[in-house]
Amino acid sequence: MPSKATTPACAIWTQTGGRLLLDLSGDWLSGGSIPEIRGKTPDQAPTRYSTENLGEFDSTLPAFILAHLRSLEKPMGGDAGEQPKPSLEGLPPNLLGLMELALAVPEESDARAKPAKPSEIRKLGKRSLAVWASILSVAEFTGQSMLALGRFFIGRARFRSQDFWVTLQDCGAAALPIVTLINFLIGSILAFVGNVQLASFGASLYVADLVAIAMVREMGVVMTAIIMSGRTGAAFAAHLGSMNANQEIDALRTFGFNPFDFLVLPRLLALVLMMPILTLYANLVGILGGMLVGAAVGIPPLLYWNETLAALSLTTASLGVIKSFFFGAIIATSGCLQGMRSGNSSAAVGQATTRAVVASITAVIVLDSGFAAIFTVLDI
Amino acid sequence: MSDPQANPAPPTKITVRDLTMTYGAFVVMRDLNFEIVEKDIFVIMGPSGCGKSTLLRHLIGLQEPTKGTILYGDEDFTATDPSERTGFIRRFGVMYQTGALWSSLTLAENIALPLEEYSKLTPKAIRDLVSYKLSLVGLSGYEDYYPAQISGGMNKRAGIARAMALDPEILFLDEPGAGLDPLSSRRLDDLILSLRDSLGSTVVIVTHELASIFAIANNSIFLDTATRTQGATGNPVELRDHSENPAVRLFLRRGEDSELATSNLS
Ligand SMILES: Nc1ncnc2c1ncn2[C@@H]1O[C@H](COP(=O)(O)OP(=O)(O)O)[C@@H](O)[C@H]1O
Ligand SMILES: [Mg+2]
Repeated sequence: MPSKATTPACAIWTQTGGRLLLDLSGDWLSGGSIPEIRGKTPDQAPTRYSTENLGEFDSTLPAFILAHLRSLEKPMGGDAGEQPKPSLEGLPPNLLGLMELALAVPEESDARAKPAKPSEIRKLGKRSLAVWASILSVAEFTGQSMLALGRFFIGRARFRSQDFWVTLQDCGAAALPIVTLINFLIGSILAFVGNVQLASFGASLYVADLVAIAMVREMGVVMTAIIMSGRTGAAFAAHLGSMNANQEIDALRTFGFNPFDFLVLPRLLALVLMMPILTLYANLVGILGGMLVGAAVGIPPLLYWNETLAALSLTTASLGVIKSFFFGAIIATSGCLQGMRSGNSSAAVGQATTRAVVASITAVIVLDSGFAAIFTVLDI
Repeated sequence: MSDPQANPAPPTKITVRDLTMTYGAFVVMRDLNFEIVEKDIFVIMGPSGCGKSTLLRHLIGLQEPTKGTILYGDEDFTATDPSERTGFIRRFGVMYQTGALWSSLTLAENIALPLEEYSKLTPKAIRDLVSYKLSLVGLSGYEDYYPAQISGGMNKRAGIARAMALDPEILFLDEPGAGLDPLSSRRLDDLILSLRDSLGSTVVIVTHELASIFAIANNSIFLDTATRTQGATGNPVELRDHSENPAVRLFLRRGEDSELATSNLS
């Protein structure tokens, strides 16, 4: 609480002939009362200020005066040329200095100019154009990545091999713990749920078939792809996004390095290479999870294992692995795309990361249902 | 080089004609016209936010002009497809306003990367070259530091060392002096002068450091925010004393413009 009682802030406009007086009184403090304004706010600058009864003030007072003066500048139009300087007569010296500084540079009309409120049709059009533009940008990025891949296979792409190995380790070995945990649990959940149903028919052994087929065809690869989207895809987007914000990608360009070869290619290769391996591993871990639950409900592990092998054909086993190549490519491309296209602020990097994860999870699931449809039609 | 007397007028390195730069509908600068000749130390100056970095990005091809052309020698840079500009770009060394070092590499690796790519030097020779470049900017001993482990000013200096890695024909520096202590800033001026004298580099610098402008620049362009075009071009000392544009005189005298000062200075 201020020790001294404050008097309420008050501004009074008085028009006498052609002259306009603004009488400021009381204490203009950000912690004080809301200023009371008497008289109609005129559309002209005061010719004189009167401050005999003005008490203490902080930035609220100059802000009030400036807002009024600025509101007069605007309707005159952007490049109306020199505007007469408003009179500041009567202001106390300490306030005069601040007001002169604030008025020294006229308001940037372009910087403030907001586009007129667009109509609904216009908004719709803009939005459709934006969707089209983003489709084009995805297509262009994919094309560029393919070209980079082509250059790699004819030995003309250049990147630091160290980048590749580091990424390979990061999306391979370093991802094992989480891949293990999730897939083990998924395998055991499948076994639990399956057992509840199958046990009532006395067909508990078929839990092994159910877990094996579900893991190998769908769950292993999809869960791994989701984990890798959240883990590695996000990391790609955040890393490339902050490189972009820090002009590091520009720096690559001006040294004649192709950012696609240099940044996207090692990440794409590493993930496309690691995804199938992770998927195979995930399948195995899921089956082990099912086996553990099976043992708990009375299926001997050896029997469970034999039943699993009998359930899986080579075709079934390879379906998940084939899908994993595509999922790896999608996750890497979407992470790198969002990172490279990110804006240059820390908030933009955050948004890019979010977009990368959302886009790659969506694409993985959509593509997986596509695969399911194709495999059904082909009867595999 | 072999015949020093001949050819008194040095060849034009960069010619900018009617350059207009925009971000969407926002016009940053319009109708810029200037030339940079060989061995110039050319300063781009103007209030902050006027478009100096944007102009630099146009000169090195990171942004495409809305209108106008940029020539390097007689070759049209703007008409060349961005993917076929490697020939131009190999002649550039660029230091960005933030330093823009590659954050996952140490300072030494940052400078070594272009050398490994474009030279046939042995690893030992590259290491020696890296230490030499780092000591030129007063950072010897910092080879194994990562950019995040050194201060902003040091990042800038390391950025200059990286820009010099390939002994470029044209060095572009975006506010190299901002954020440097007075001694480092002075050393930087000396470094730029010696680069020009020993390697014959042309240097294009964005800067507002008046002391440094008057000490090293022999040519300049002033970008005027009020008119959104160039306020003046020429030698900064002459601009300060004789420019017809009051905005230029004010800028070069830190806002202290008076007729009295004019007569005293000349
Ligand atoms: N990416 C961008 N998008 C839109 N406007 C920008 C962007 N970058 C810079 N600007 C605007 O362009 C102007 C010039 O910026 P810049 O070239 O960075 O100025 P400076 O002279 O300080 O280097 C500023 O007014 C800024 O608001
Ligand atoms: Mg700048």
